[in-house]
Amino acid sequence: MSSTQENESKTLYDRIGGEAAVNAAVDIFYRKVLNDYRINRFFDNVDMETQAAKQKAFLTMAFGGPHSYTGADMRKGHAHLVKMGLDDSHFDAVVESLVATLEELNVPQELIAEIVAICETTRNDVLGR
Amino acid sequence: MYTLTLEEQTYTCQPDETVLDTLLREQVAIAYACKKGTCHSCMVRSPDNPPPEAAQVGLKNTLKKRNHFLACLCHPQQDMVIKLPDSSEFYTEGTVVVHEMLNRNTLLLIIAFKDAFEFNAGQFVNLQRSDGLTRSYSIANTPQIANTLEFHIRRLPQGKFSAWLHDDIKAGETIAVSEARGHCFYLPERREQGILLIGTGTGLAPLAGILTDALAHGHSGSIYLFHGSRDVEDLYRIDEMRQLAQQYENFHYIPCLSAHHVPDGFTRGRANDVALATLSDLKGWRVFLCGHPDMVNQAKRMSFLKGAALADIYADAFLVTPN
Repeated sequence: MSSTQENESKTLYDRIGGEAAVNAAVDIFYRKVLNDYRINRFFDNVDMETQAAKQKAFLTMAFGGPHSYTGADMRKGHAHLVKMGLDDSHFDAVVESLVATLEELNVPQELIAEIVAICETTRNDVLGR
Repeated sequence: MYTLTLEEQTYTCQPDETVLDTLLREQVAIAYACKKGTCHSCMVRSPDNPPPEAAQVGLKNTLKKRNHFLACLCHPQQDMVIKLPDSSEFYTEGTVVVHEMLNRNTLLLIIAFKDAFEFNAGQFVNLQRSDGLTRSYSIANTPQIANTLEFHIRRLPQGKFSAWLHDDIKAGETIAVSEARGHCFYLPERREQGILLIGTGTGLAPLAGILTDALAHGHSGSIYLFHGSRDVEDLYRIDEMRQLAQQYENFHYIPCLSAHHVPDGFTRGRANDVALATLSDLKGWRVFLCGHPDMVNQAKRMSFLKGAALADIYADAFLVTPN
């Protein structure tokens, strides 16, 4: 089997490096989100440990890893933020932070594109549409 | 199949069950939510034996050291004794041996025990009065010192328990003390790492313990202690800390005052602001924050934004029990 074929048979999660990749990304990603004036108000009154654990679960899902999120979970989890005005611009800003994080970690562009595509599948649930 | 023991009850964990599955099946009241290791709601403790490593994924090092684990991720590999976070506590009787003032409103209380008291410097215990009134206080000394625990007790306005400790209890009298709890303590690893300690008021108590412990373990990285209060009269142990700073080249002590009058030798400003202005890059640092909840939360976020890894930030917010 050529290495290309081997790559194609592996899941995205394996190719990006699994849990180690999530651990490498979580602090960088969360720091970017908290530093982004467009979205950091949504994170003002949350416990940082709890939030970091949620970010890990989110990254695991975005990296194509094992998760048990449903569309209903996404809706329920973000409903209070939608009430605060969460919209497409904020969703885009989070995706931007994620892309910047992955670039900082030298993740190849084609993997980044796959990850962004997974995030997009959650957009309507997150924004309660 | 393994047996789980919780208080006086035993339960059988079926081969395909997690500890959480078993406890829920047996209708034990245990907090839980995500059932996949994310929310940490179902964190419990195995006091006797280390739990399986897979059940500790994502927990802080100090929690792991204390055998905390997530019930939803735990497939037992042996019989286990399990303690829920609110399990009734075991209290030991201690005797007050020192009862004197550290400053105008802070009491130094030292309690002695017959046997060695197991704890890590920086942890806290519950003290209990004979009528059941209970409050949490941080331990200020290190376990190396003979069978005693030291506390710094600030008198709170309308504080029932602090008033009792200040005014009523006397040297020679006994008091009930719970087992040590909390995960804000020093682990002797990565000794070259920078350590930042920020405390307000009696937040100095756990930090003094952590500091002594780190120095005793030969910690070689820089250690900065920022201790803050409004007025100089509300700081304490100033001379001892200055002496330590002279003795240890890597230890720096910065007492901070937020009021207008700031005598020589003190820095103007709130301890967390001064600390974060002094140290611009906290990448790779270990951070300990103790004191007022607002200060702790703010400093936690700022230390993280300045580069400290979340896993390296240890916080102990002093919550005041409403009367």
